[in-house]
Amino acid sequence: MLEAHSLNKWFDRIHAVKDVSFRVEQGEVLGFLGPNGAGKSTTMRMLTGFLTPSSGTARICGHDILAAPIEARKRIGYLPENAPVYDDMTVLGFLRFIAEARGLSGVAGTTHLRKAVELSHLDGVLNQPIDTLSKGFRQRVCLAQAILHDPPVLILDEPTDGLDPNQKHVVRTMIQSMAATKAIILSTHILEEVEAVCTRVLIIANGSLVANGTPASLKQQSEWAGAVDMTFPENTGDLTALFKGLASCKRVEKQTQRYLLFPHAPGRLPQETTALLSAHHLSPLAFSVTEGRLDEVFRTLTTPAGKTSKTP
Amino acid sequence: MDTAACPVKTVFKRELRSYFDSPIAYVFLVVFLMLTGFLTFSVSRLYEKGSADPWPFFFWHPWVYLIFVPAVSMRLWAEERRTGTLELLLTLPFTLTQAIIGKFLAAWAFLGIALGLTLTVPLSMVLLGGHPDAGVLLSGYLGSFGLAGALLAIGTWTSTLSRNQVVSFVLAVMLSVFLLLAGWPPITDLLARVAPPLAVRIISAFSFMPHYDSCLRGVLDLRDFAYFASVIVFMLTATHIVLENRKSA
Ligand SMILES: Nc1ncnc2c1ncn2[C@@H]1O[C@H](COP(=O)(O)OP(=O)(O)OP(=O)(O)O)[C@@H](O)[C@H]1O
Ligand SMILES: [Mg+2]
Repeated sequence: MLEAHSLNKWFDRIHAVKDVSFRVEQGEVLGFLGPNGAGKSTTMRMLTGFLTPSSGTARICGHDILAAPIEARKRIGYLPENAPVYDDMTVLGFLRFIAEARGLSGVAGTTHLRKAVELSHLDGVLNQPIDTLSKGFRQRVCLAQAILHDPPVLILDEPTDGLDPNQKHVVRTMIQSMAATKAIILSTHILEEVEAVCTRVLIIANGSLVANGTPASLKQQSEWAGAVDMTFPENTGDLTALFKGLASCKRVEKQTQRYLLFPHAPGRLPQETTALLSAHHLSPLAFSVTEGRLDEVFRTLTTPAGKTSKTP
Repeated sequence: MDTAACPVKTVFKRELRSYFDSPIAYVFLVVFLMLTGFLTFSVSRLYEKGSADPWPFFFWHPWVYLIFVPAVSMRLWAEERRTGTLELLLTLPFTLTQAIIGKFLAAWAFLGIALGLTLTVPLSMVLLGGHPDAGVLLSGYLGSFGLAGALLAIGTWTSTLSRNQVVSFVLAVMLSVFLLLAGWPPITDLLARVAPPLAVRIISAFSFMPHYDSCLRGVLDLRDFAYFASVIVFMLTATHIVLENRKSA
């Protein structure tokens, strides 16, 4: 539904987006991750036609954003960063304007408007001027604006930024409920959000894509994926050397009586460890296999220092 | 999933409504009306002459516009940029040209409303026993509206140059002063003493005043309106270029 082909953006001498290509299909929720200034918003602005790519292009449902910008934009719902809205209008007035701009008038307009209002939980504030709303409500007004015409492609720049935990939950549920029929791209700094709603993750650093995969597959890249975490009783001797002898074990970390065994690759380490423990009649107080950690993968991929830094 | 039946109309309606959603619009209208009235009646002493000559009334319009029009235009694009709504507006399914025209026409219509309110001035002339020439009134009003449009187009362009409304206001006033004064007889007379006649002719050809003056003489000359129209087209094209360049900058 959405294909980006080698998008590049230069601001004077800053190369903000470097050769970014990806695809998003219907039913996918693509999480766009990256540190501040990585180029997430710039990429979204190119897709939505607010900025012209320095080179490269994209297709929205088959319509080229450069050759057929209007056709492409008709199929996009866009929530810009910081949720800009016309402050002096009422919520209803603003959404009516958007409906009209989307070519939805009369009955069709009213139906779409009602649906968007319901999904964004705005019933209570329809006649309130937008500048009297709290930040979370403004965000939802802008979200309502984005979904009003029921677009096949949704582009959301930090949709849950500034929302309270309940509202974050509401917005995530809303995204999930729409996911089946749309292709959705959202940027975020909240990694739990990615695990909660995204079917795929793109990580961008300094303008370049550094990762593209499912949250699970990315977590597998983590040093923590399939690591073994054990705690032994006080009187147990030093077992570091013993664990280091395991074929799958890359590294052992010891904190008093707690041992962390990191594998070369997630897989056989837990079985090997249990076999070793029973062979030596050792019984740990606690034994667990850890999952991969997205934050660690993120840090590793997006910081030059991250590649060598130790886990926390 | 159609585009708006008429994107220009959609933008126009929103923009014009936004003027009246804020109390400043009403303050503007009142100040405009009072200022024109004051200058016409008190400074030009129109009523004392018991005259039916609308010339003193129209004489003041360019000078009121000089402040009033930039005050209306300064927010047109600067405000959209400052609040970020520009990103919303320019990603809706219509072209940049449609957005520019819609916003411009809304501001022009607002000026038209202000101008319409000054009809009370010729009306009071009639009430005071005068018989103003209807032809001169008509051409005067059309000329005044055309002049307002040309000045507005200048302000539209300057409002794209900065996020700061004050900057856009000052730039618009400066450009407008130049284009108004360049052909004003006292100035052209003064210029004629120091500059060769050809230079004076060229400078005054760019001026608004000769075109406005000919409207005030009751001559409805298409060339004067073509001039205002070409200033508008030129400045709106410049607006388009600035906004388009910023997209690909
Ligand atoms: N209009 C502009 N002019 C010049 N540089 C810009 C402009 N917009 C963005 N940049 C630069 O491009 C880079 C990418 O910015 P962008 O806003 O896309 O980052 P981001 O990934 O969205 O960051 P954040 O997480 O903070 O929102 C930054 O270095 C930024 O300074
Ligand atoms: Mg951003």
